[in-house]
Amino acid sequence: MSDRTFLPSLVIVGALAGIIVVAVAHAQGTATARLQRAESRGAPAPSLARPTSPAKAPNAEGFLQRWLVLEPIRVSGQLTDSAVKATVKTEHFPGQLTAIPRDGDTLFVGDTKVAWHAIDSVGYNVNLYHFAYALNKPTSNVLFWVVTIVNAPRELSGVRLAIGSNAASIWWVNGTEVIGIYNDRQTVIDDGVSKRLTLKQGPNVVRAAIVNAGGHTDFCARFLDDQDRPLTGITMSVISPSKTEGSAK
Amino acid sequence: MHDPSTVVVHDGKFYAYGTGNGLPISISDDGWTWRRAGTLMQALPGGRPGPDVLARGGNNTWAPDVIRSGDKYFVYYSAPGTQPKAAIGLLVGRTLDPSSSDYKWEDGGPVVWSDGVEDSNAIDPGVFRDPTGSLWLTYGSYFGYIRLVELNPKTGKRLYPDRKPINIAINGEASIMIFRDGWFYLLVTHGSCCAGANSSYNIRMGRAKKVMGPFIDNMGIDMLQGGGKLFLGSGGRYVGPGHFGLLDLGDGVQKFSCHYEADLDRGGISVLDIRPLLWRDGWPVAGENFKEGTYQIESARTGTALELAVQGTPVGGLRGRGGRGSAGAGGGTPIPAQDAAQVSANWPSGPIDVRMAPYMLQAQQKWTVTPVANAGGYPGSPYFKITIAGTDHALTATDDQELVVLASFSGRPEQLWRIDQLTDGTYRVMPKATPNSQEPLALSAIGSSTPTLARFTPDSDRQRWLFKTP
Repeated sequence: MSDRTFLPSLVIVGALAGIIVVAVAHAQGTATARLQRAESRGAPAPSLARPTSPAKAPNAEGFLQRWLVLEPIRVSGQLTDSAVKATVKTEHFPGQLTAIPRDGDTLFVGDTKVAWHAIDSVGYNVNLYHFAYALNKPTSNVLFWVVTIVNAPRELSGVRLAIGSNAASIWWVNGTEVIGIYNDRQTVIDDGVSKRLTLKQGPNVVRAAIVNAGGHTDFCARFLDDQDRPLTGITMSVISPSKTEGSAK
Repeated sequence: MHDPSTVVVHDGKFYAYGTGNGLPISISDDGWTWRRAGTLMQALPGGRPGPDVLARGGNNTWAPDVIRSGDKYFVYYSAPGTQPKAAIGLLVGRTLDPSSSDYKWEDGGPVVWSDGVEDSNAIDPGVFRDPTGSLWLTYGSYFGYIRLVELNPKTGKRLYPDRKPINIAINGEASIMIFRDGWFYLLVTHGSCCAGANSSYNIRMGRAKKVMGPFIDNMGIDMLQGGGKLFLGSGGRYVGPGHFGLLDLGDGVQKFSCHYEADLDRGGISVLDIRPLLWRDGWPVAGENFKEGTYQIESARTGTALELAVQGTPVGGLRGRGGRGSAGAGGGTPIPAQDAAQVSANWPSGPIDVRMAPYMLQAQQKWTVTPVANAGGYPGSPYFKITIAGTDHALTATDDQELVVLASFSGRPEQLWRIDQLTDGTYRVMPKATPNSQEPLALSAIGSSTPTLARFTPDSDRQRWLFKTP
């Protein structure tokens, strides 16, 4: 079970590491807090920021840029279909396919304590290498769990989840596996696209497991509408009204 | 069939007319399987051309062409006497369907003719509507010129009967025009006909910026001086193609019809064919109807190949490349191609998803495309089944408009595939039918790794596929 000790943000992690940190930047007069680029390991992730608003719309191309990311879990890093499926099937922590974490939640994987971090990505993709590097966590042979809540203003049928990842990844929407891509690969926009699905009105849980072997690691995700255009009339949040998907209706 | 008209689609059926006593009618429900349905002249008083046509030409009935204009159909046909004395007659009707209560043809008299002395042999009509809606007739055969006159779109007769026909080409017959991207193309048949496998018929062309020419070939030679870039000659098992006709199916899919003087697979008889029409460097190119075989199926959008969603095995098994400059891990021994029998033991026995991935020469990426007998077809071709090579695993459209591979082929419509070559040489792939969908859908690359079925959009690469020999 996860306990909810409020772990420090990425910024504070960087500060604790004794590295130069500049925590807040103002972009064109907004109050968005953006983590600044730093020069050495342990510095804050340059492409990630702390969410400062309750909800965030996708960018103009429909990319989902607000996520809860769990600190990386060490795995074998094998990327074949069967190896990735086995890695994800392994229960690393209770409720890994159902729990809806909140920013700062911590849990144990074996003897290792890991924390969930709420992030907004500056770019269309979420740079997991930046994320892990900033936390002094491993970037190779690792498994990342990521979750976001997509709020739909009405029921949206015929939409598809379109993802790209470095490297392999498996994705769920409201608890149903919808797409998996395997083997060593780079993040390509719309690399894997789910079959048609329906987003229900209100919150929908999007979850992914991303497995990296070595080198860079990141992902991108967006929904496409029934005409294969980026879906933009939705918002993302990372603060759920409850802790289980079953009640997130 | 000999000297076929342009193939016309009317109320979902395909119609073509050809040379023969009374102008035989051929009808097809799908563009693949044809049946005879009497003759056009059966619907005329006396079952023969009208008296003025007989007077200007003769009692033969050859090489017709047909076009819809408003709510009418105009059929132009050759009525030669002792050539080059000949006439082109007109028939006017409102439906092509002989079973319709409205079915009737009226004699429109002779439209153009040759007196037997002038530099013209008034046979082989080809009718053409230009982008402005004006209607034109080309005609002629070897003796003298290919000529052009303008027609009245309301009556089908000459718009300016007192004007002298315009000479636009020589040394050919079976002329017709098409238009594309600001160019008028004149296609004519050169060579000799009617000698079976000894016929030298071949289709040639020139192009012009104006409907009246000059029509210039690829080497700058005017067709009035014998020029003509080859469009289609003999090939495969077919000798002597002639009588081009455009069949535009919409959505950017174009076909052409022709006849071969001799189909060697059918004892050398003359047959109708419908083939893809491609375009390259501003010229039409004769495409090939899809041939059975084993292929990798590559998305033009992504460059990834359609595959069974199973874990691949490297060809030859896992092995390194060896040290730099070495003969390699295999010592230079050739690695045999991978087939399904080597790797399919771990494939699921039930339905398997379909996805796309970089082509790695693996068994789950090789598809055998096979025509299916007695399952109907589409213009120029029968339906195909698409199976993983060496297996019966069949590509299937699902009832939610997605794709799956089933363990066996049952012949159901969702397992029958239409493969049309598009004007750029790539292919559109469509199931004969998709459960729960009334609209035609095409295989579509919605992402680098994901195929689906979606309505065809001709301006996108997402539904364009390449079939490459593995």
